[in-house]
Amino acid sequence: MVAESQQMTSQSYIEHHLTNLTSTSSDGGWIFHLDSLFFSISLGVLFLWLFYSVAKKSTTGVPGKLQCLVELIVEFVDKSVKESYHGKSQLIAPLALTIFVWVFLMNLMDLIPVDWLPQLAHAVGIEYLKVVPSTDLNITFSLSLGVFALVIFYSLKVKGPVGFIKELTLSPFNHWLFIPVNFILESVTLLAKPVSLGLRLFGNMYAGELIFILIALMYSADWMIGLLGIGLHVGWAIFHILVITLQAFIFMMLTIVYLSMAHEDH
Amino acid sequence: METVLGFTGISVALLIGLGALGTAIGFGLLGGKFLESAARQPELVPMLQVKMFIVAGLLDAITMIGVGIGLYMLFANPLAALLPN
Repeated sequence: MVAESQQMTSQSYIEHHLTNLTSTSSDGGWIFHLDSLFFSISLGVLFLWLFYSVAKKSTTGVPGKLQCLVELIVEFVDKSVKESYHGKSQLIAPLALTIFVWVFLMNLMDLIPVDWLPQLAHAVGIEYLKVVPSTDLNITFSLSLGVFALVIFYSLKVKGPVGFIKELTLSPFNHWLFIPVNFILESVTLLAKPVSLGLRLFGNMYAGELIFILIALMYSADWMIGLLGIGLHVGWAIFHILVITLQAFIFMMLTIVYLSMAHEDH
Repeated sequence: METVLGFTGISVALLIGLGALGTAIGFGLLGGKFLESAARQPELVPMLQVKMFIVAGLLDAITMIGVGIGLYMLFANPLAALLPN
């Protein structure tokens, strides 16, 4: 990519950075975004390995810095779960911790300057590389569909199938004549949850990455514009730190709220 | 071709602009209410701040969806790709 940068227009530079490393099956039915899969899985393994090793070596004496950090995160998630969910499930707090740290790590990849990892990959022969998994709609929707499946499972388990159907059909207006109206309203509410959960994370991360790419375009002009680009880059990266943490936190909070709503029975 | 590109430009502007308008008004109302209740009961400020960020995330959601779709249309226009050349 460095060698052909003279022929590359800004449009093709942007498009090159917005393309995933795709692998298609022979009949075209399966399309895999190998770079998103690679980075999301390796970040998940990193999170699991890190927290597991800290938990195994944890001391009740004076803790080290890594143990302090892990304890901080776990206590924060625990407090958030206790505020919103008043039941007894063993699943919700570890799920919230996983979602928070995993989404945060995936978003954190956005702070690496846009060209570094793709240029390393190009040296090895990989043509396209998008390093932020949460800019891929497949990743964010798979997270939110997982949460949605858990919501349906717990709704059916706690309220029973009959109670679930009753909640869907008799909810705002408690009269049998209003069943179609209720069903439309309640199903829109139910379906908006996973759709908005996935699209919110995708939209924020995609827009943030695109602005990083646009700022990175400035480095290919002359040195004055490049200096201005450095200033913009630093400013936008600092703002983006807030967005990254906030989006991971919101995903976790909404997961907790949806699961606690699925657990409540009247 | 020019028609498609022109309309794409206008639609991207509408997507981003109207989303920004709604979010700005929403955040203004949200922040105003937060400041009022913070002045009324300062001991509740940490809890209210957490809840404010949660509502801010919900406010931002549709706007960000609009921005994402708008930027996608601007840089990788699927409508222009449908044209017969």
